[in-house]
Amino acid sequence: MAIDAATVRKVARLARIAEPEEKLESLAQELSGIMAWIEQLAEVDTDGVEPMTSAVAVALPLREDVVTEGGDAAKVLSNAPKSIGGFFVVPKVVE
Amino acid sequence: MSALTSLTLKAALKGLADKSFSSVELTRAHVEAVEAARPLNAFVLETPEKALEMAAAADRRLAAGEAGPLEGAPLGIKDLFCTEGVRTTACSDILGNFVPTYESTVTSQLWRDGAVMLGKLNLDQFAMGSSNETSAFGPVINPWRKAGGNQQLTPGGSSGGSAASVAADLCLGATATDTGGSIRQPAAFTGTVGIKPTYGRCSRWGVVAFASSLDQAGPIAKTVEDAAILLKSMSGHDPKDSTSLDIAVPDYPSFVGKSVKGLKIGIPKEYRVDNMPPEIEALWQKGIAWLKEAGCEIVEVSLPHTKYALPAYYIVAPAEASSNLARYDGMRFGLRVEGANLTETYEKTRAAGFGAEVKRRILIGTYVLSHGYYDAYYVKALKVRRRIADDFDQAFQKVDALLTPTAPSAAFGLGENADDPVAMYLNDIFTVTVNLAGLPGMSIPAGVDVNGLPLGLQLIGRALDEGTLFSLGGAIEKAADFKAKPAKWW
Repeated sequence: MAIDAATVRKVARLARIAEPEEKLESLAQELSGIMAWIEQLAEVDTDGVEPMTSAVAVALPLREDVVTEGGDAAKVLSNAPKSIGGFFVVPKVVE
Repeated sequence: MSALTSLTLKAALKGLADKSFSSVELTRAHVEAVEAARPLNAFVLETPEKALEMAAAADRRLAAGEAGPLEGAPLGIKDLFCTEGVRTTACSDILGNFVPTYESTVTSQLWRDGAVMLGKLNLDQFAMGSSNETSAFGPVINPWRKAGGNQQLTPGGSSGGSAASVAADLCLGATATDTGGSIRQPAAFTGTVGIKPTYGRCSRWGVVAFASSLDQAGPIAKTVEDAAILLKSMSGHDPKDSTSLDIAVPDYPSFVGKSVKGLKIGIPKEYRVDNMPPEIEALWQKGIAWLKEAGCEIVEVSLPHTKYALPAYYIVAPAEASSNLARYDGMRFGLRVEGANLTETYEKTRAAGFGAEVKRRILIGTYVLSHGYYDAYYVKALKVRRRIADDFDQAFQKVDALLTPTAPSAAFGLGENADDPVAMYLNDIFTVTVNLAGLPGMSIPAGVDVNGLPLGLQLIGRALDEGTLFSLGGAIEKAADFKAKPAKWW
C-alpha cells in the first residue's frame, strides 16, 4: 500500500518526530518502497497460525512484591536535562 | 609491542598465568594499538586510565592467586552496553552525553571475571544498520582493503567497531549485540569469529534496547575458542531480565576440539540466492566438504519460509523499536530541545536526536502498529515469524546443525548501499531467520574472495545447543586454516 505525504505527517505526529513539510514527499516515497517490499508477506498462508510474540516459550517469572532498590534520587537525576531540588523539571503540561 | 597484541585471548591468558608478562604490559600494548588505530574510527571513547587501573588490579589478583577466568585480558565494549560512570551513547545524538549510573549485567560479569576495559566501540546508531554508516560518530573503516586497492570498506554492522577492533588486534575480544545479524555479518566482513547465542542466554539488562524480542548479546573474537571463553563469562541467568533463561551455562571452551563425527548437518536449499557471488557458493561447498571429512553426514533440508524472514523482520523490529525508543522524550535523560509546548518539545527533541535510519524505522514501526494496520501488518508478521520458527523445528528433527554462508557478499565500499534501504537490509538475509526463531548462530572466517577479502560461514544450532556450534566451528576453523590478516595501513 502506498503511503502518501498526509500519512507520513500523521505517523510522524504519532511518533512525536518533527518532520519538515518539504521532506514529507520523499519520506512517503521511501516508506512506500519499503512497505511494497514487505507486502510479499501476504503470499504466506497463516490461517490458524498462532502469532509468535516471544522467541522462547517460557512463562514470565514472578518475584516477591518487595522493594529491591531505590532511595537514590541523585543517581536517577544525574542525567536529567533539567532538575531542581531533587525533581525533574519538565515543560508545563496543564494550563 | 605488536607481539602482545597479536596474541589470541587464550594465549594471552596463558601468558598472564605463566607470568610471561603482566596485565599492565599487555594492556599498555593494546592502549597504544588503539591510539595508533584512530583512523579506523573503531573506538568512540578510549578509557586508557581506567584500563591501566583495572590491569593493575588484575595483576594484584594474579599475584595473589585469585585470578578469574578472564583476569587481565583487555577487551572492547560495544557502546550499546551501559558502563557505570563511562559515557554510553548507542552512537546517537539523543544519548550524546549519557553517563550510566549502573553497569550492564553482561559487562559486570566480564569485570567479575577479571577483564579490563579499553573503551567503548562504535556501532550503527541504536544498532540499526548493516554498515556502521548510521553512527552519529561516522562509520568505522574496515581494516581490510581489497588487494592493491585503497577504497574504504565497511566493517559491516551494527557491531562494526567490535569486529574492526578485533580484526586489527586492538583488543583481545569485544562485546557485541545481534538483532538481525549484527554480530555475524561484521564478523564475516572482518575475518573474525562471532556468535549470537540462544535468545535468553545473555541478559539484556543494561543493554540499550532496539527490538527486545530479537536483541541478544554475544562476543566477537579472534578464534572459536576465544569466543567460547568470552561467551561463558557473558552468559547466565539474571533476575533483572524477565526473558533471561534460568539454565546452567555449559563449559563452552570444552566443546572446542571435540569430535564432530556422526553429526548430521543440514544444508538449507533456500539459502542459494540470486546474484550471490560464485565464490560464496564455492566456499559453502568447501565448508560442506570439510565437515564431511570430519565425519559429519550432510543432509539437504528445506526452510520454505526463508524469503519471508526479512520482510517479517522489518515489521517486528521497527514495531518493537518504535515502542522502545518512545522513552527518548527529553525529560529524564538525554537531549532536550525546547519547544513552545510539551508536544513541540518532544517533536523537536526526537527530530534532532535521532538519525535518518532510526527515524525511518520508528515511522515504519508506528505505521504498522497504528489503528487499521495492526492486524494486517504486525499480527501477520508475528504469524510468519511462527512459520519460520516451525521450519527450523522441522529441520532440527532431522539434523544437529545447519551450515550456510553468513552474508551474501564480502565487505562493500562505504556509501555503496546508502541510497537504497532495502538493498542494505538484504545484507541480513542469511542471519535474520535465526533471530526470529531465537536460535544460536555463529560466523567463522573460512576463506577470502578474489580481492583477498574475508568471507564467513554460518552455523545455526538448536536452541541452547551452542556447545555443538563450538565443536563444529572448531572443526571448520581447523580445516579452513584461515590465517590471513589485514595489512596494516593505519
